[in-house]
Amino acid sequence: MLVAVLFYTFATILVVAGVGVIISRNPVHAALSLVLCFLTSAVLWLLIEAEFLALVLVLVYVGAVMVLFLFVVMMLDINVEELKRGFTRYAWLGWLVTAIVVAEIVGVIVQRRLGLDVTRGAVPLPADYSNATELGTALFTRYAYAVELAAVLLLVAIIAAISLTLRRRRGLKLQDISAQVAVRASDRVRLVKMKAEPRS
Amino acid sequence: MSGVSNWLATRWLALPGFAHSTVFILALTLVLIVCVAYLTLWERKLIGWMQLRRGPNRVRLFGIPHTEYIGQPFADVVKLLIKEIVTPARSNKVLFRLAPAITLIPAFAAWAVIPIAPRFAIANVDAGLLYILSLTSMGVYGVILAGWASNSKYAFLGAMRSGAQIVAYEIAMGFALVGVLMASGSLNLGTIVDHQRGAPFHWNLVWLFPLFMVYFIAGVAETNRAPFDVAEGESEIVAGFHVEYSGMGFALFFLAEYANMILISALTSIFFLGGWLSPLDGYLPAGSAIRHVPLLGLVLGDGTHWLAAKIFFLLCVFLWLRATFPRYRYDQIMRLGWKVLIPITIVWIAVEGILIWFRVGPWRV
Repeated sequence: MLVAVLFYTFATILVVAGVGVIISRNPVHAALSLVLCFLTSAVLWLLIEAEFLALVLVLVYVGAVMVLFLFVVMMLDINVEELKRGFTRYAWLGWLVTAIVVAEIVGVIVQRRLGLDVTRGAVPLPADYSNATELGTALFTRYAYAVELAAVLLLVAIIAAISLTLRRRRGLKLQDISAQVAVRASDRVRLVKMKAEPRS
Repeated sequence: MSGVSNWLATRWLALPGFAHSTVFILALTLVLIVCVAYLTLWERKLIGWMQLRRGPNRVRLFGIPHTEYIGQPFADVVKLLIKEIVTPARSNKVLFRLAPAITLIPAFAAWAVIPIAPRFAIANVDAGLLYILSLTSMGVYGVILAGWASNSKYAFLGAMRSGAQIVAYEIAMGFALVGVLMASGSLNLGTIVDHQRGAPFHWNLVWLFPLFMVYFIAGVAETNRAPFDVAEGESEIVAGFHVEYSGMGFALFFLAEYANMILISALTSIFFLGGWLSPLDGYLPAGSAIRHVPLLGLVLGDGTHWLAAKIFFLLCVFLWLRATFPRYRYDQIMRLGWKVLIPITIVWIAVEGILIWFRVGPWRV
């Protein structure tokens, strides 16, 4: 009963926030609605006892991805008029994607054998069951190669992103901080012993 | 007398679980708020002594003699409460009001999983460490929103600085905690403390010393404290992200900053200094007579007081840093975070892996 009440409360918030992402005129408000979406879906995951995934969702998407997103949105001066110019031209594509997504969701929900009867809630797991341990065991034994491949892919992506954005112009006056840190007083200041001027 | 206490005890046990939690939450929040109030006073006094000044020395507690400066926090609170709250023109009103609350809530909510006494936390969550990480990563929203909603250049600059800084240092913090995870093999904070049992030699501090340093430095940077306080940077951008806040709005940011300091100190003591474990743990055998001396035995044994003492020590280090060091330049902060702290953690995680493989050290894996 309590689980059902919590589920419908948070599901409603999730839907409202999701609509808010699309319809709000201010891009910062849209980004914040998306943050709310992530938080409420994390709560829904907690309800089906997937606490590891829920916390990682908050940690990665709310804590890191959306912060950077918000950053960019705040810095850019987004012209809403320009964005809306192609609205009618691309509307058919939007409708097509919507139809496909809706069909997919309905297809998953109708299939009873996937066990997606949301109204019943999850089967309670034993008290000593640890989500993190189970996931870790699966990832590092059965799927070890897949995990390593994904890690290498991410590393390649990072290096690619850095090498694409790291441009060195000629004649750039950059600070060499390690040289600054390594500097000694004797490199900068010379103490000169002088004889005192005679009093006139 | 025993009849009354018995009656109270049965009444207490008969209450449902959520009533217990509510009472604990209220008690802990009250204690924390009082601690924050007196931490502000202690900061001003301690830094005053370090810099050969007196610090606050005027407000007595209800005019009682010999209580100089004890009443200072209450005077400050009353002053801030009766001040006018100014909302800047063309600011985003809703977000402007919401931002202080968003900064404050994670700082308090994180205490839910902290083991404050032997084998006791308000919520004994198995993934407690992840919960802490995800909550502390949410604190940055308050700062960014405050800077953006104020519709002020200074505030916006402060918010941008703070956002970039927190994202950078969070990575170092997370990696340092990976080392703690490897040492104890659990995400549960209570288990992490239990795994450091034995003697101070078994504390994570000894075997994970580089990670301890990285975690604490990153913690100072995360709370935007000196010497990493460019987000406020009085000399450049007035007061940074909270420049437009007055009265209680400002007080909430202040409260959040100090609550975060206490939280980081508590987490550092739990992860690296053995939490509520007594430093005499390994030197007093379980059956020794000194453990049964009425008061002394309690003081020398494990308990909340040891956690409080460790937190207090780390808080003093926070204040010491502020009294001693000049502010970092912004590019130096970024360099320290990305090019010094993160490589140190990665190297030490590898070293720790080798140590665990060859079973050198007190690992219980």
